Amino acid sequence: MILWEIYLLAQRTILRNALRSSLTMLGIVIGVGAVIIMVTLGSGATVKVTQDISKLGSDILYVRPGLGPHGPGGVRAASKPFELADARAIENSVAGLRAVAPTADTAGQAILGSANRSTTISGVTNAYFTVQGWQLADGRFFNDAELKAGKSVCVLGQTVQKELFGTVSPIGKAMRVGKISFKVVGTLQSKGASTFGQDQDDVIVIPLRTFQRRIAGNTDVRNIIVSVEPGVSTQAVKTDIEGLMRERRMIKAGQDDDFHVRDMKEIIDTFTSTTTIMTALLSAVAGVSLLVGGIGIMNTMMVSVTERTREIGTRLAIGAMREEVLLQFLVEAVVLAAFGGILGILLGLGASVLGARLIGVPFIFKPGIVALAFFFSGAVGIAFGYLPAQKAAQLDPIEALRYE
Amino acid sequence: MIATAARGEDLIELRGVTKIYGEGQATVRALDGIDLTIRQGEFVAMMGPSGSGKSTCLNILGCLDSPSQGSYRFADVQVEHLSLDQRAVLRRNFLGFIFQGFNLLNRTSALENVELPLIYRRMTARKRRELAMRALADVGLADWADHTPSELSGGQQQRVAIARALVGRPKVLLADEPTGNLDSARSKEVMEMLVEFNQRQGITIVMVTHEPDMAAYAHRQIQFRDGIIEAIQ
Repeated sequence: MILWEIYLLAQRTILRNALRSSLTMLGIVIGVGAVIIMVTLGSGATVKVTQDISKLGSDILYVRPGLGPHGPGGVRAASKPFELADARAIENSVAGLRAVAPTADTAGQAILGSANRSTTISGVTNAYFTVQGWQLADGRFFNDAELKAGKSVCVLGQTVQKELFGTVSPIGKAMRVGKISFKVVGTLQSKGASTFGQDQDDVIVIPLRTFQRRIAGNTDVRNIIVSVEPGVSTQAVKTDIEGLMRERRMIKAGQDDDFHVRDMKEIIDTFTSTTTIMTALLSAVAGVSLLVGGIGIMNTMMVSVTERTREIGTRLAIGAMREEVLLQFLVEAVVLAAFGGILGILLGLGASVLGARLIGVPFIFKPGIVALAFFFSGAVGIAFGYLPAQKAAQLDPIEALRYE
Repeated sequence: MIATAARGEDLIELRGVTKIYGEGQATVRALDGIDLTIRQGEFVAMMGPSGSGKSTCLNILGCLDSPSQGSYRFADVQVEHLSLDQRAVLRRNFLGFIFQGFNLLNRTSALENVELPLIYRRMTARKRRELAMRALADVGLADWADHTPSELSGGQQQRVAIARALVGRPKVLLADEPTGNLDSARSKEVMEMLVEFNQRQGITIVMVTHEPDMAAYAHRQIQFRDGIIEAIQ
C-alpha cells in the first residue's frame, strides 16, 4: 500500500474519532505549545535585556574598586576606594574617551515638609548626565561654580519629584536631604525601570564635591563611568585603564587587581546566560509534558488496536502484509502526534505574541525551534506508536477475525 | 507465479495434512492426515460438527494457517514453503474470503469496503472505484454504494462482503458459514448468488457450513469428523 493511501486512511480514522483524537493530541499540543512559548519569550527577554543594556551605552566601562564581576553590586568594601584624582588621571592619560564620570552614592532621606522618601543620593559631575543618557525635563544641570564649590543644589528624578512636590514645579524650591537643605535646580526626564527592575527615577543627583563633603564626609569615588568614543575599541580602553590603575594603586606584577573594569558586553553576557539557563530549564519541563503526551498517544493507539482487532483480521485475510498493518497504525500515531504538533506550534506562537505584548518583550520568531518542535512531535508519534502498531501487526488473523 | 488452471483441472491438493495444536499432554490433532483434491471451478461444501476440523482445513486452504505436517499445493505452488508475506501476496491475488460475521469495516461505505482488497494490490483510486462499482452492481447493490454497513440489512451486508471477495477476480472463494447469521430467505439469496458466480465466472468455492440445506447447493459435500474426512458425497 502506498504511503499516501495509508496517510489518507489514517487521516480519515482520526477525523472519524474527532473527540478522542483531539483529547489524545492535547498532551502533545500542550507540550509543543509550552516549548514554543518558553523559547520564544525566553529569546524575547534576552533581546529585551540586551537592548536595554545597550541603551545605557554599549560603549561604556564601569571602573570599580574591589573584585568583579559579581553582578551590579560587586564586592568593593574591602578595597581602597578611588579618588577624584583617579578619574582625572584616566581622563588625561587614556586616549579615545568621550567622557569620564566619577560618582559616589548612598541611600538617603529626601524631605519636604511632612513628605519624605527614602531614595538614592548620587554625587556626580556633569559628565554623569552624558554617559548615562539623562535628559533634562526642566531647569538645568550644575554649573561649574556649584561643582567646584560643592554647593547644595540638586537635580531630581521623576519619582522623587512626584513624591515630594506632586504637580508643583520644584525648580528653585528648597528641600532637605537628611539634615542638609538643598535647592532644586533641575528635574530629569523619566527613564523608567532598569533591566534589573530598579526604578531609575528614584534618585537625587547632587554635585560630587557636595556629596563628599556634606554627606559622605570623605573624598571617596565609588564608581568611575567611562564613555568611549564611537569606533574606539572598548577592549583597548579597558586594558589601558587597567594598566593605569595598577600603576596608581601600586599593584606589583603578578598580584591580582583590587579593582575591576567591566564593559556592558560582560553584563549582557551574564544576563543572557541567565535567561538562557531559565529558558532551557522551563523547556525541559515542557519537554516532559511532550513525553506524557506521547504516552497518551500510545494509550489511545493500544485501545484502538484492540477495538479494531476484527478489522485487522479482515485486512490480513484479504492480503495485507504485516508491515502494511504495522505501517497503518504507525502512520496513524505519527499523524496524530504531528497534528498535535502543528496545533501546539500555532497555539504556542499565538500565546507568545500575546505574552510578549503582556510582559513587554519583543516577539522573536524562531523558525529553528518551530521545526524542531514539529519533528520532535513526529518522533514522539513514531516512538510511542511503534508498540501498538507492532501489536496490531502480530495479531493472528484467525483469532482476530473471530474477535468479538 | 501461478499458471491458470483450466476448469476441471486440479487447483488445490492437500496431501497428508495434519494440524496439531498445543504441546505435550494437551496436544489436539485438529486435522489428522487429510488428503483432498479440489478442481478448478468446483463448488465444495465442508461439513461436520464443531471441532471436526473443517474450519482448520478452511484456514489452511486460505493460507491463514499452515499445516504441521503434509503438503498443500495451490495450482503449481507448494504453499507450505511460502513465507508469511508470500502467503499474504497469494491471498491478495488469488483468494477471496467471506465470513459468518461479514467482517465489513464499520463507518466505511460499501464502496470503500469493496475497494479494500484492491488497495493492497496497489491499484489506482480511479481503477479501484470502477472495479468496486462493477462488483457492487454484480451483487445488486449499485444503489447502496454510499451506505455504511450499519445502514444495510444482514443479507445486503453479506452481498457487500461477496462483492469485496470477488472484486479482485480471485481463483478461489473461501466462505466460512456465510449464511450463519442470516434467515432462510436471505440465506437462499446468498447461496443462489454464490452458485451463479461459480457457474458464470468459474470461481472455485470452498464453503464451510453445518446446514445441509446450504451444503446441497455444492457439487461435493465433504464430511469431517475428528480431524479426518469421513465421507465425500
